[in-house]
Amino acid sequence: MSHPENASAFLKDQSKAKWHDETLWFVRDKRDRISKTVPEWESLRNLASQIKDNVLSNLDNYLEEFEKNALKNGIQVHWAKDAEEHNAIVLKILKEKNCPAIVKSKSILTEECHLNPYLEKNGIEVVDTDLGERIVQFLNQPPSHIVLPAIHLKKGEISELFHEKLQTEKGNEDPEYLTHAARTHLREKFLGAKVAITGVNFGVAETGEFVVCTNEGNADMGVHLAETHIACMGIEKIIPRRKDLGVFLRLLARSATGQPITNYNSHFRSPATGKEIHLVLVDNGRTAQLAREKFRNSLKCIRCGACMNTCPIYRRSGGYSYGSTVPGPIGSILSPGIDLNKYSSLPFASTLCGSCSDVCPVKINIHEQLYEWRQEITKAQGTNGKSLSMKLANGIFRSPLAYRISGKLMRIALKNLPNSLIYHPINSWGKGRNLPETPKETFKEWYHKNRS
Amino acid sequence: MSSREQILSAIKGIERESKQLPDIPEFPQTENLQKVFKDSIQGNKGEVLSAIEFEEWIASLGDQKIISVSSRFPNLSTIKLPSDPHQLNDLNLAIIDGQFGVSENGAIWLEEENLKLRALPFITEHLVIVLDSQKLVPSMHQAYESIGSKHSGFGLFIAGPSKTADIEQSLVIGAHGAKSLRVVLL
Repeated sequence: MSHPENASAFLKDQSKAKWHDETLWFVRDKRDRISKTVPEWESLRNLASQIKDNVLSNLDNYLEEFEKNALKNGIQVHWAKDAEEHNAIVLKILKEKNCPAIVKSKSILTEECHLNPYLEKNGIEVVDTDLGERIVQFLNQPPSHIVLPAIHLKKGEISELFHEKLQTEKGNEDPEYLTHAARTHLREKFLGAKVAITGVNFGVAETGEFVVCTNEGNADMGVHLAETHIACMGIEKIIPRRKDLGVFLRLLARSATGQPITNYNSHFRSPATGKEIHLVLVDNGRTAQLAREKFRNSLKCIRCGACMNTCPIYRRSGGYSYGSTVPGPIGSILSPGIDLNKYSSLPFASTLCGSCSDVCPVKINIHEQLYEWRQEITKAQGTNGKSLSMKLANGIFRSPLAYRISGKLMRIALKNLPNSLIYHPINSWGKGRNLPETPKETFKEWYHKNRS
Repeated sequence: MSSREQILSAIKGIERESKQLPDIPEFPQTENLQKVFKDSIQGNKGEVLSAIEFEEWIASLGDQKIISVSSRFPNLSTIKLPSDPHQLNDLNLAIIDGQFGVSENGAIWLEEENLKLRALPFITEHLVIVLDSQKLVPSMHQAYESIGSKHSGFGLFIAGPSKTADIEQSLVIGAHGAKSLRVVLL
């Protein structure tokens, strides 16, 4: 399925699509307002971008430093070159701990590795504990947004789902009532789990510690009650110094949801007495992306989701239309690096307006990379309908005579041809757009009549 | 070759221009630290109390399971701190000392030595953090300067109660962790 096909499915429910668009714009607006209360906002973005530049240019050294310090702190470090190895490492730890059920907090990386279905196939119960993630897990869906996983659902749908799964009152759609029902349900899961899995927001090379940010406190509830904490981390999540956290934590939540900081920001350095921390460092295509000079910058991403909230295409097509773990503008430059064929329509799901680059807290040139990917994809896949018409237009605009004749022909044709032909499926520009009314005469004709 | 070596050698094999690690400059600082801090906590849906207001509030509570690990209010515990955090599931209130607060966002730094049990501020139904009003810094930059290179197995910034907006972006307080945060400024 391509992005346009999926997007048309999303747009069938027009009122919901409108709500989706407006709600994400509201989040974008909150981000704008809070960023303007920080006078040094642009300096912070520059700093964050430069720190990440330095990280990517020294990634090997920082990873070694990080590992050395983490080991010194008593953290057990594992390396996985791909999703398969990552999943196998996690399963092996769970088997060693004889653990039949785990709790997991938000981790885009484990989504990317499809850890849940893998563990379930191996007989392990996986409970996602972030409220939005638990909701989509009940529905057997992936998150549709990396920060707001259930943003594609309305409270009526969640009420129905909770009535079925958690025996809440039928028809009670109150978000507070539904959230507290989930709290009670998940509390039991937290108390029963021997192993908790989390993602990682930042790994600090200098200290060997890692930081996990949540608003719900679900990562910490899981980890501090369990005996074993498994933290899954993409290798690009490294930052050099502890003080760099000052820059990134000032940017992350403000960019993500327009709040000054997440309510819980936990720094894990050593396991508590008698407990274990395992850290899995995952490549899964990241070194390949690092090698692509034009797209290297995409690895700076701190997963705030600001580019999704601002994107006119994402807001109007929904996360699922991208068919990739990370949707939206950033997903559209990360995913083609993983599978060019499968994700070839994503870099075209953009107006290239550049709003994504403008809000990105680490200043990734997202819209420029989208444009670069289009060129790579066109080279690899040849021409399509739009490029044929561009070639035709090129010939017409080159010759004044051809331009005059075709202009006249088009004015007659557009007036007289049936709509079924003008808005034929071959004309992808005719979808969802109306042609302007055809003028009676050309500007040249009008000028001769009125001004000469 | 192990995966570790494969990943590291793949990175080493990529030609990259060296890029300098920037220094973090000093930024202009807010003046009224206390006011900004209070506003931040309220914005995060927490509450700021004076010592007197706190004592009145505590006195108004009925029969509650309370654990205080605060050095300023050592006598408020009604139950003993267990060694297994699972036994805290019905804890009503935890009172913990914070090390310092950050004005720009209301974040308060706590370390293992303050928490005693890492699960304590999360599993409790309500949370009180006791903070010296002289221990406020303007922004996260000064916060990390204050933490310096100290080593704690676990440290965290808490900026408000547990919250979520995952259902239609409606803010709900009390997702998994503490349903309220009161900060006592001494």
